[in-house]
Amino acid sequence: MPRGSAMGMTITEKILAAHAGLGRVSPGDIIEVTVDRALANDITAPLAIETFREIGAVEVFDKEKIILVADHFVPNKDIASAEQVKKMRGFARLQGIRHYYESGDAGIEHVILPERGLVGPGQVVVGADSHTCTYGALGAFSSGVGSTDLGAVLATGFIWLKVPPTIRVEYTGRLQPFVGGKDLILFTIGMIGVEGALYSALEFGGSAVRGMAMHHRFTIANMAVEAGAKNGIFEPDDITKTYVKETSGPEAGYFTSDADAVYSRVIAIPLDGLEPQVAFPHSPANVRPVSKVGTVPVDQVFIGSCTNGWYEDLREAASVLKGKKAAKGIRLIVIPGSPAIYLRALREGIIETFIDAGAVIGPPCCGPCLGGHLGILASGERAVSTTNRNFIGRMGHPESEVYLSNPAVAAASAVLGRIGDPRELKD
Amino acid sequence: MTGDKPGKIWKFGDDVDTDLIIPARYLNVSDGKELAAHCFADVRPEFSREATVGDILVAGKNFGCGSSREHAPLALKASGIKVIIAESFARIFYRNSFNIGFPLLESSEAARALTAADRVTVDIATGEIKRESDGAVFSTHPIPAFMRELVDAGGLVPYLRKKRGGT
Repeated sequence: MPRGSAMGMTITEKILAAHAGLGRVSPGDIIEVTVDRALANDITAPLAIETFREIGAVEVFDKEKIILVADHFVPNKDIASAEQVKKMRGFARLQGIRHYYESGDAGIEHVILPERGLVGPGQVVVGADSHTCTYGALGAFSSGVGSTDLGAVLATGFIWLKVPPTIRVEYTGRLQPFVGGKDLILFTIGMIGVEGALYSALEFGGSAVRGMAMHHRFTIANMAVEAGAKNGIFEPDDITKTYVKETSGPEAGYFTSDADAVYSRVIAIPLDGLEPQVAFPHSPANVRPVSKVGTVPVDQVFIGSCTNGWYEDLREAASVLKGKKAAKGIRLIVIPGSPAIYLRALREGIIETFIDAGAVIGPPCCGPCLGGHLGILASGERAVSTTNRNFIGRMGHPESEVYLSNPAVAAASAVLGRIGDPRELKD
Repeated sequence: MTGDKPGKIWKFGDDVDTDLIIPARYLNVSDGKELAAHCFADVRPEFSREATVGDILVAGKNFGCGSSREHAPLALKASGIKVIIAESFARIFYRNSFNIGFPLLESSEAARALTAADRVTVDIATGEIKRESDGAVFSTHPIPAFMRELVDAGGLVPYLRKKRGGT
């Protein structure tokens, strides 16, 4: 009998085994897996392309499986950034890569890939961007890698991986108003720490996840890396299937974890009393409930990013801002995650609500999240941001501060001029 | 790589993220030397001026967390850092480093004991770390065999070229 043949497998192990041509895999095994989708962006693709050439490769392994998105420093913020995009664009043309997205055709990579049905359940997706873990929301094995790894994948279509142990997070209970995926993941990271899931798969489940809308799942899976995880993953269900059908996404397989799957740790998180969460500088694990924030005046509010740039996030923020104005002196910046989201928000009056509230609307891209452009902080300034990282200097000057929150809290904070609870605004 | 003269230590704490190693505003280039000029620009501005070939970086837990930017290990390698010794490493940083032939050693013992005032010799092959002042030897987790092959080859690119060449 092969070792452990009686034991069940987790969804992560099943997807990896299927892509390694093996009947089963166990945590710690080093395996070579086939890659269904390989992703890079304007920051990471140039280095990956260099690697591809240095290996001596001429053609990419499969031009239909490679996705290149210019989203970080676009519209090109300076000459050096323009050169980076030019290099990526030239490579895409030379190789005949159809899934090359730039300018009005682009948007944030982790939003447009699911939205356009380019990734799906059961796939192995690797991307030269740490937030590639987002697609685990669809029941894919999806993980961030560096440029050299990605360059090798472009050439070979394979990657070596160590099978991670899986930590299962069980969410139970009902979500309070103004509480969503962002609060669940911030609370979880606060509980286990920024290395709490180091080298592990983070599997999200439990009764509260059943019925949970996809945008919440994307937000949760997106920030798995903030706990050090290799991948975040949800078992696909009817909600996943509906989303995949609506987006005409690929269906490599609807895997679920066996009842007797082996977990390195199981964490139960009841949500009944959970308030909106705020991560204080300079760690996503430095989390407090919004009622315990105290008085923290802010200079800037940013709503957007691969974490919270979804249509539903904008709708939630607009519902808080409707008929109100950002406080005097507050810079409110809103960046929709994709052109499709932008257009829908425009048609439904959501963008109008933002502009009436005093917001600046940016083009779909990563924006100020990583301190690239479109809203950099000066020394001593504070921002509330719906993004994923609040490290020192993340959004600008090393003496600036970033507080992470959900879109409703960010919107309320813009009106209040300090970090606040949307429930304070009820009139 | 063995028997080198002892290296100077740059000491850091826990959870050093890749935004600290190389802030995103410098990511519009990919060249190691250009990146090295901005390494730790926000928290240790003296690093880019003073780090020299053979220096050693010692840190706490979860070194290299955050973004997948390979520019972080590239900048450190181009700064002359010979090896990083830490209690633990974030996983993407770990892969990226070995992929560019930049060795990392995990040792809680050494990471806690060594200070910026120490000088150490490090044998990458055996993982032995020796402090010059008192001859103290620190043990490390051995580098997995597959990763050793990568370091020996000089990184993933030469490793794959060798494989493709069939030699």
